[in-house]
Amino acid sequence: MTLLELTGVTASYGPVQVLDGVELTVPEGGSVGILGANGAGKTTTLRAISGTVRTGGRIKFEGRDIRGLRPDQVAARGVAHVPEGRGTLGQLSVRENLLVGAYLRKDRGAISRDIDYCLDLFPQLQDRVGSRAASLSGGEQQMLAVARAFMAKPKLLLLDEASLGLAPSTSKAVYEAIRRLRLESGIAMVVVEQNANLAFSLVDTATVLETGRNVLTGSSAELKGMDEIRRAYLGG
Amino acid sequence: MGTFIQLVVDGLSTGSIYAALALAIVLVNQATGLINFAQGGMAVLSAYTAYAFLQLGLPLIVAILVAVVISFLMGAVIERLLVRRFEGGDPDTAVVVTIGLLTLVTGISAVLWGYNNLAFPSLFPLTSVEILGAVVSVRSLATTVTIVAIMVVLQVLFLRTKLGLALRAVADNPGSAAFSGLPVGRLLMVGWGLAAVLGAIAGVLVAPQLTLTPGMLDTALVYALAAVILGGLSSPIGCVVAASAIGVLENLVAVYVPLIGHDLKIAVPFVLIFVILVIRPQGLFGRKVVVRV
Repeated sequence: MTLLELTGVTASYGPVQVLDGVELTVPEGGSVGILGANGAGKTTTLRAISGTVRTGGRIKFEGRDIRGLRPDQVAARGVAHVPEGRGTLGQLSVRENLLVGAYLRKDRGAISRDIDYCLDLFPQLQDRVGSRAASLSGGEQQMLAVARAFMAKPKLLLLDEASLGLAPSTSKAVYEAIRRLRLESGIAMVVVEQNANLAFSLVDTATVLETGRNVLTGSSAELKGMDEIRRAYLGG
Repeated sequence: MGTFIQLVVDGLSTGSIYAALALAIVLVNQATGLINFAQGGMAVLSAYTAYAFLQLGLPLIVAILVAVVISFLMGAVIERLLVRRFEGGDPDTAVVVTIGLLTLVTGISAVLWGYNNLAFPSLFPLTSVEILGAVVSVRSLATTVTIVAIMVVLQVLFLRTKLGLALRAVADNPGSAAFSGLPVGRLLMVGWGLAAVLGAIAGVLVAPQLTLTPGMLDTALVYALAAVILGGLSSPIGCVVAASAIGVLENLVAVYVPLIGHDLKIAVPFVLIFVILVIRPQGLFGRKVVVRV
C-alpha cells in the first residue's frame, strides 16, 4: 500500500521556482531517499509535505490530499518532520522536548515507556534528561530531534540532513540508531542526506533531484556507485 | 521603625501591581517575542469593564470575574485580528503597532467613560492591622498576597501542565512546535488572553487607590517595563522580584532621601536600569541568549 504520493509538486520562493513537478512514492513502512546537489529542492520537497511551504500539484497521504494543510494538521495526520539544523526546543529540557513530541497522544502510560525507549536508543541523552536542549552538543541535539519526532508515533518520518555539521563518528552513530528505530518501529521514512553512504544505509529506494525535477529514481543497489549520483552530489 | 515597615508593605503592594503588569508583558514576550506597550491600556479597559458591570448592579466580585473573562477574549481577539499580522516580522513595526494599540484602547476608554476620575470600590476592607508596631493597611497586604498567589498559579500552570508546556514550546520556537502538532495560532491566542487576564487583575486591584481614569496605569506601565528589563525578559520570578524592589525602593527613597522626594521618585527605576544594564545586559535574572551555529 502506498503511504505517501507526490505528483507534479511545484513550489516557489517568491519568483524563484524551486520545485518543478516533483514525483515521490513511499510505500507503507518503506524508506525513500532524496539526493541531489545544493539547491536541487530536497529540503523544499520535505517542506512541501509538512505544509511549511505553499505548493502546487498533488500530495496524498494515506489516500487523502494533505496539500494546503497547516503544519500542525499534517503532524496530526501522522507525519513527523525533523527539519534541517536540529529541531529541538532550546529552552526546554530534554524530557520536556520529548513530552512536546507526544503532545497529540492520549496514551499516558505508553508515553513514559516510549521516553524510556528513546533514552535506550540514544544513551547519550540519559544523563541529560533534565538539561536544556540548547546546552546539548550538536550530535545530542540531533538525537533529541529524532527522538522527539518518534514520540509522536508517526506513520512517516521526514528526516532532513541529520548528519549536517556533525563529526563523522557522531553522524554514523545517529544513523545507526535511526536504522534500529526503523527496524523496531516500522515507521516509513523520507530521508534527505548529503552523505551518500549514510543515505544508502537507511533507504530502500532513492530519487535524484536536479533543479526541482526528478532525474533518476531507483533502488539503493541500482543507484550506488552510478555516475549520476556522484555528479548530483558534486553539483556538476 | 513603624514608618519603615509601613513603607515597605505599601511598597510591596504597589510593587505587586507593577509585577502583575510585568508578568503580563513577559508572558506576551515569551509567547510572541513582542513587547506589548498596550498592556497597561488594556488593563485599564478591563477595569472599566468591571466598573460597567458594577453599574449594572452586579456584586463587585462577580463584576470583576465577568471583566476577567471578557479580558481573556479581548486579548485573544487582539492577537488573532491585529498582532498575528506582525508576528515574526520586523520587531520595530510590531512596537509601533502595540503603541498604536495603547492609544486606541486608551481612546476607547475615554470615549466610553470620559476623563473624569471614577471611584472604584475596593475588594478588600479599608481597615488596618498592626504588625511589629507598624500600622499596615489590609488592602496593601491583601493585594500583595493576591498577586503572589496568582504568580504561584502561573508558575504551576507553566511548569506542571500540558497547556503550560505547549505555551512554552510555542514561545521557544513556533515553527518547530507545529511539527509536533501544536496548534500554534490557538496557543498564541491563549497566551495573549492570559496576559490580558493578568492585566485585568492588576487594573481592578489598583483602581480603588488611583481612581479610574483612561491613563490610570501609564506610570505603572513604565515601572512594569523597568521591572521587566531589570528582572530579565525571560524570567517571571526575576521580574516579580524587580517589581517589588522598585515599589519598595521608590517609597523609601521618596521619604528618606529629601533630595529626591515624591517629585523625583519616578527617576529611581531608570537610574537602576541604567546601572544594571551596564553591568548585566541580560537583566538580573535573565539568561544570555546563546546562539549555536
